[in-house]
Amino acid sequence: MAPAPRAKPTAGATAYTPVTDQRLVNPEPENWLMYRRTYDGWGYSPLEQVTPGNAASLVPVWTFSTGVAEGHQSPPIVNNGIMFVSTPQNQVLALDAKSGELLWRYKRDLPEDLFQLHPTNRGVGLYEDRVYLATLDAHVVALDAKTGKVVWDQTVEDYKKGYYMTLAPLVAKGKVIVGVSGGELGIRGFIQALDAKTGGTAWKTYTVPAPGEPGSDTWKGDTWKTGGVSVWITGSYDPALNITYWGTGNAAQWIGDQRPGDNLYSASVLGLDVDTGKLRGYHQYHWNDSWDWDEVSAPILIDVKRGDRTVKALVHPARNGYLWVLERRADGIGFVDAKPYVNQTAFKSVDPRTGRPEYDETKKPVTGKKVGFCPSLWGGKDWVPAAYSPKTNLLYIPANENLCGSLVGTQQKYEPGKLWLGSEIKDIGLDVRNGAGHIGEIQAWDMNTRTKVWTRTFESHNWGPVLATGGGLVFAGGTNDRYFRAFDAKTGELVWQWRTNSGITAVPSSYSVDGVQYIAVQSGWGVDAQRMQDSLDTARGTKTDVPQGGVIWVFAVKQ
Amino acid sequence: MGDELAGGSSMNRREPRRAMLRGALAIGVGLPLLDLCARAIPEASAQGDPKSQRPQNGDRFVFRTGNQTGKVITVADIPVGGPPVPAFPMDPSGVVRDGSRLNQLLLVRLTLTDLSEETRGRSAEGVVAYSGVCTHTGCDITLWKAESIRFRCPCHESEFDPKDAGRVVGGPAPRRLPRVPVKVVDGVPVAAAGFLGRPGFQPT
Ligand code: FES
Repeated sequence: MAPAPRAKPTAGATAYTPVTDQRLVNPEPENWLMYRRTYDGWGYSPLEQVTPGNAASLVPVWTFSTGVAEGHQSPPIVNNGIMFVSTPQNQVLALDAKSGELLWRYKRDLPEDLFQLHPTNRGVGLYEDRVYLATLDAHVVALDAKTGKVVWDQTVEDYKKGYYMTLAPLVAKGKVIVGVSGGELGIRGFIQALDAKTGGTAWKTYTVPAPGEPGSDTWKGDTWKTGGVSVWITGSYDPALNITYWGTGNAAQWIGDQRPGDNLYSASVLGLDVDTGKLRGYHQYHWNDSWDWDEVSAPILIDVKRGDRTVKALVHPARNGYLWVLERRADGIGFVDAKPYVNQTAFKSVDPRTGRPEYDETKKPVTGKKVGFCPSLWGGKDWVPAAYSPKTNLLYIPANENLCGSLVGTQQKYEPGKLWLGSEIKDIGLDVRNGAGHIGEIQAWDMNTRTKVWTRTFESHNWGPVLATGGGLVFAGGTNDRYFRAFDAKTGELVWQWRTNSGITAVPSSYSVDGVQYIAVQSGWGVDAQRMQDSLDTARGTKTDVPQGGVIWVFAVKQ
Repeated sequence: MGDELAGGSSMNRREPRRAMLRGALAIGVGLPLLDLCARAIPEASAQGDPKSQRPQNGDRFVFRTGNQTGKVITVADIPVGGPPVPAFPMDPSGVVRDGSRLNQLLLVRLTLTDLSEETRGRSAEGVVAYSGVCTHTGCDITLWKAESIRFRCPCHESEFDPKDAGRVVGGPAPRRLPRVPVKVVDGVPVAAAGFLGRPGFQPT
């Protein structure tokens, strides 16, 4: 861990404002203190200065090269004028959010024998005067927010067994909560809370039950030991219920007939008690996953109307192609309804009472033969977060439509720390539906009426996380043409776009300093957006060059 | 994708086109083409346990997978034109250097006339030895493209040319695949030096 070289401190840096529980529950409009800004997962900034009327005058105020290639996915997180950005290879940058001046830089000395299947990081967590980073070698590190110096460094698991972390920690009630990646390496997933002060373990909850635990009857023999069910996107949190909600990945390996049973709690949402980690409810979106449809995006907490009733809902545009509405309650998670938001061929129906899908068995991958299905294994929407605006009351989903996939299941021997997919790489198929004019979409949904209000389409695939703002805008990149765009949140009309250095797959954020609203995002293409591009190029016989290399962009309306 | 997965434990001699590259042999070249000095291997692995030390001049190679695991690889064991044979180096006293995944090597035997002049100089009887760990972000290289004679990494699809010093010929890898120069003694490939370049990913 390199010591953090320090630029001369600015007034802002020395006067760091500690992050309290109260501020996390109710952040000031000018700040973006966590992954999706608020615990409900909205990805919404109430700032109103930038509007559809003036967005055309947005210009870059400053930029900063991260010096790293690969997929930049983390949001610029801002606390009273100080910005914290993480990059691939576990670098954290602290910058003056107004001027772009570098305050400090932390670079993790990653083990040389590490391999990074997903070379990215999705953001830091803030608490008191510390910055928390979950690392590729499965540690959590606490840094001093003012200097970047390491306060503590805690091992969560052994990276040599295939555990790694890419998510932004969720910080709540003095705990730093993380989940582990490694489903494609046959790990056994878990969510762990560490004491924010000391790094000590507060609780650890496995996502695959051991024999004798509730749900263990959904695994046969020893399959639970390598059951996967990784957790690689930050959870959401309902302080009123004291429950944090996390999405889970697919079961390992990919092909369900080699691990018969529902395989709880794969492809599910888990509701955990923040104090104890105890499971307080779950819903499995689809059982015995065989499509590599990780459902890791945390559900978004919004109120939806169903008849006369207001439902405290968990809304999840799923990788499996359905838009799910669940009810969050103190005593569990209830099913409300679900409908497809992209072309989906694998489900015949969804039980209206329980939400359990019935499968078209000819579209469920099996061992020993090629099976096709839609959407592709990247799903209708992968990890890329959707956003919700309370002003328009619309949910904004970054989707990929018109893609289908195929898999041929094979028997593969498990070896710790090795790829273990249950399918050979060459047998992972991706097809564009005949006659499809586009792939990428942003869909805007009214969740009260369950109707789609508008759709923007893009010829390119779309891996752009969405930001919604109080000024009535929706911001997103995500396409292979390197644009960052703003849309009218009501109509979907394109009001501004700016061509950046690379493709944007990072979470945009908005903040203000000294009364000026800024829109910030990292541009740096890589990981799955690049993989999908490669697969599309292979399918079409084309070659698309999206340059790599990360840059932080900060925009404001030109005065 | 038209690749042969040299898949994990599925390496199967009855399926000759399916090479399993899990083990990997490799040797690397640093950035400049002729960066011939074996780079200082980061301390942790260079000291102490010979099992974790990088390959050295005089090491032989043993099968890393399959039912001959641990047996010394002879030139005759390596099929001409591929697929690669996953290997680990073994020191002269018989200690197999399997203590680090960065010692995974891929041995390939190619037609001499296919090899670039520089690569020929680091080979013997057409046998070349490469790192089996991708220089992009460090995945095991487990795929072999027989038609084009290339290594392919399953993680993000980088491709490397074993005929030409492990040059990157596709994908995001930033630098060539390190090699171990090879000589042949009594029909057995032997390392003529350590890795040319650092195996695995290189932090920026
Ligand atoms: S690790 Fe090999 S291409 Fe990325």
